[in-house]
Amino acid sequence: MVEALTQNHPYDTVPKQAPTKPSSSPVKLDIRNLSISYNGIPALVGVNLKIYENEIFGIIGPANSGKTSLLKALNRMDMFDSAMTVSGEILFDGYNIQRWRNVYALRRRIGVVFPLPVGLPMTVYDNVALAPRLSGINNKAELDETVERCLKRAALWDEVKDRLQSLGSLLSGGQQQRLTIARALSQNPDLLMLDEFSIAVDPVTTMRIEDVLKELKREMTIILVTNLTQQAHRLAERIAFFMNGTCIEIGDTESMFSGNVTDNRTADYIAGRFG
Amino acid sequence: MTGTVRSLAAATPSARKQLDQLDRAWYIDKIVQFIVFASGISAIIFIVGIFIFVTKEGFGFILGAFDFAEFFGSPRWKPTSEYNPTYGILALIAGTASVTGLAMLIAIPFSIGAAIYVAEFATGKTREALKVLVELLAAIPSVVWGFIALSLMNPLIIELFDVPVGLNILNAGIILALMAAPIMTSIAEDALKAVPDRYREAAEALGATRWQVISKVVLPAAKNGLLGAVLLGVGRGFGETMAVLMATGHSINLPDSIFDSVRALTATIASELGETVVGSDHYQALFTIGIFLFLITFVINLCADLVVRGIGKV
Amino acid sequence: MFAASGLNSRNNRRQALIRILFMLMTGLLILPVLIILTTLLYKGGPAISFEFLFGNPTNGMTEGGIFPALVGTIWLVAVALLFSVPLGVAAAIYLSEFAAENWFTRAINLAIINLAGVPSIVHALFGVGAFVLFMDFGTSILAASLTLAIMTLPVVIVATRESLQAVPYAFREACWNMGATRWQTIRRVVLPNAVSGILTGVILEVSRTAGETAPIMFTGAAFFLPFLPESVFDQTMAMSLHLFVISTQVPGVPDELPFGVALVLIAMVLIMNSFSIALRIYLRVNKKW
Repeated sequence: MVEALTQNHPYDTVPKQAPTKPSSSPVKLDIRNLSISYNGIPALVGVNLKIYENEIFGIIGPANSGKTSLLKALNRMDMFDSAMTVSGEILFDGYNIQRWRNVYALRRRIGVVFPLPVGLPMTVYDNVALAPRLSGINNKAELDETVERCLKRAALWDEVKDRLQSLGSLLSGGQQQRLTIARALSQNPDLLMLDEFSIAVDPVTTMRIEDVLKELKREMTIILVTNLTQQAHRLAERIAFFMNGTCIEIGDTESMFSGNVTDNRTADYIAGRFG
Repeated sequence: MTGTVRSLAAATPSARKQLDQLDRAWYIDKIVQFIVFASGISAIIFIVGIFIFVTKEGFGFILGAFDFAEFFGSPRWKPTSEYNPTYGILALIAGTASVTGLAMLIAIPFSIGAAIYVAEFATGKTREALKVLVELLAAIPSVVWGFIALSLMNPLIIELFDVPVGLNILNAGIILALMAAPIMTSIAEDALKAVPDRYREAAEALGATRWQVISKVVLPAAKNGLLGAVLLGVGRGFGETMAVLMATGHSINLPDSIFDSVRALTATIASELGETVVGSDHYQALFTIGIFLFLITFVINLCADLVVRGIGKV
Repeated sequence: MFAASGLNSRNNRRQALIRILFMLMTGLLILPVLIILTTLLYKGGPAISFEFLFGNPTNGMTEGGIFPALVGTIWLVAVALLFSVPLGVAAAIYLSEFAAENWFTRAINLAIINLAGVPSIVHALFGVGAFVLFMDFGTSILAASLTLAIMTLPVVIVATRESLQAVPYAFREACWNMGATRWQTIRRVVLPNAVSGILTGVILEVSRTAGETAPIMFTGAAFFLPFLPESVFDQTMAMSLHLFVISTQVPGVPDELPFGVALVLIAMVLIMNSFSIALRIYLRVNKKW
């Protein structure tokens, strides 16, 4: 029912440019007129976005542009933040996430990495095994396999394979950041959201993770929020430029970086003139 | 792909349909929420329960033999008189007030002074050691304090002041001061520590001495917290039972001097309840005193809370 | 470095004087108590012996030991904990993890402050009215322990809430992001990291409960009962009440006997508190994040 009503909604999500993604790929996320405010102070106003399955979608923009708020709303974190109000619609696989009763099931399918690395105060192994355990997997061999695979993908395995039993919260900042990524991957999500994941990670490791992301794209949809326009350029197929709580422009990465933009601010930001 | 992925997929069969389903974790979470909420409101239930049950036991007296003017205006507490029992608690109030008053006179300056020393002067190990010591002092049970009043303070006061009885306002006041001071000290210390360091730094940058910083900046900024500490100390003194029972000499008196023996409200209940018949006027009168004590301490605690946290805020 | 001017040195002297004044005040607060404790040790020490700790009181409580009182106190504390620890921990979980910041939460907090602030004798009256009479438990360990449990509930709640809130919020968020429910987060991340802090609160409560006298006087503690309780519906002797009884109600008790009881009681309480403090310091030194 709901599916039938929402899936083929004739709604133009792209304000200034037509989507360049071939329409053969199904829509993973359909964000319609999304506004977010904290205690009445708006953080994000009237955003319309479509994100397709198996693409890497980049979100760039200066600080306080509402990027992180968007991710929080997608993950329904407003449930835990009484100051945060969300209006508008977010359709995930065609379902309005505000109407899902089981928010936890939604979050289990969305992996998210926020910029502040958080190693939980349990062993490295338990950190990564937590999500599978939460969904009821207790088979040792299976957990071992998941832990190893996720840590390898997060480019952390070589550093911690000999001390999986040490505390995750006592790793270095960069290691904790990758541990957070490994944890997000351990959920085996179909949507992965990365919010400035490379802040605490050295350039070489960043490149390794970026390579992994390009591979992961085959299994999941990835939203990449970043301050580094070059990173967005390297990874994303399409990019949205956010500023002051609005989505200024959405477009194909290659065409945007080759100067094909309609808004001066976007051009200035991409060229590195501010931000 | 790997086994994990397959089993995750198995655990979450249809990608879409499952999102609207409530699973075991969801139900357990709701049940836990209900249990902890019920436990959370238990504190309110207990407080209301205390009021209801104490009132219930004393209600017959309030409707019957209770006479407001006599109860609060007469110093004659003679509930066991065969012909004409009178229930005046004025002397008991005077007893409680005089002991608490003296105790606060001693305890307030000392505990605030000690709090200032611990918070503003002492550093490192000394500070930690003092805090631990103060905390240990607060843990000494009141019956032990009562015993100290009886066995150590009593002869000491008789000898020092050449009075016939050493169980009096002075004795109880000192004991109560020693009991209340650690608690007041630690609350006052918290209040002083809550004043941000930048206030102190700003004042020091202007060339203020340590004492000027404390008296002109820290104390005014912490005055609500300090007042809260004092109020809680008063509440503690008011409600103290065993130590006061054992230290005051237990004679019903409107006192003239600190060497007079008195009797406190709490002590009266403690010493007489065991000898009364359940449901008798005397029994119910003791519960009526209990209601009075409950209301007074409730108001004191409410005031302390309002003073410390501010009136309008939640 | 610089030669102090006259004004400066006078100022410095004044500062030193003020410092000493406050130090004296602190000292005067602590010193009498130390003297008292020493006297207790000096006068009560000789009374402590194996027979004293493990014997029955004899000859109208003017001789003999304190064993029934010791066992009775353990009963009272244990039954009280059985009730107050689960309830207090659950209440603290609600306040720390679920409660919104509104007037209702403030009312709960105010109720907790009042539970701690209501005179112990009023708790005793409540115990008589509610447990002894209304629920018809009679004067029994059960009635006395329930009274004690309600009275000391704030100790558990406050300590637990503090140790729950000491677990950084970011850990919870990280867990929620993975799809953990609130309870899964509490059970897997918050509680394991707060359990030692909760333990310090429980130890504190044990010490509070063991020392209380007024709430058990009319609800379950007996003056003299030279045998041990067999169930929660029995009356029992207790250390605190025993001290009160032999120092005020029984004539002809030799001096060292109440001193001995007081010493044992205070030792119990102070050892418990020292445990709790040591545990807290250990936790602060060995942080997990």
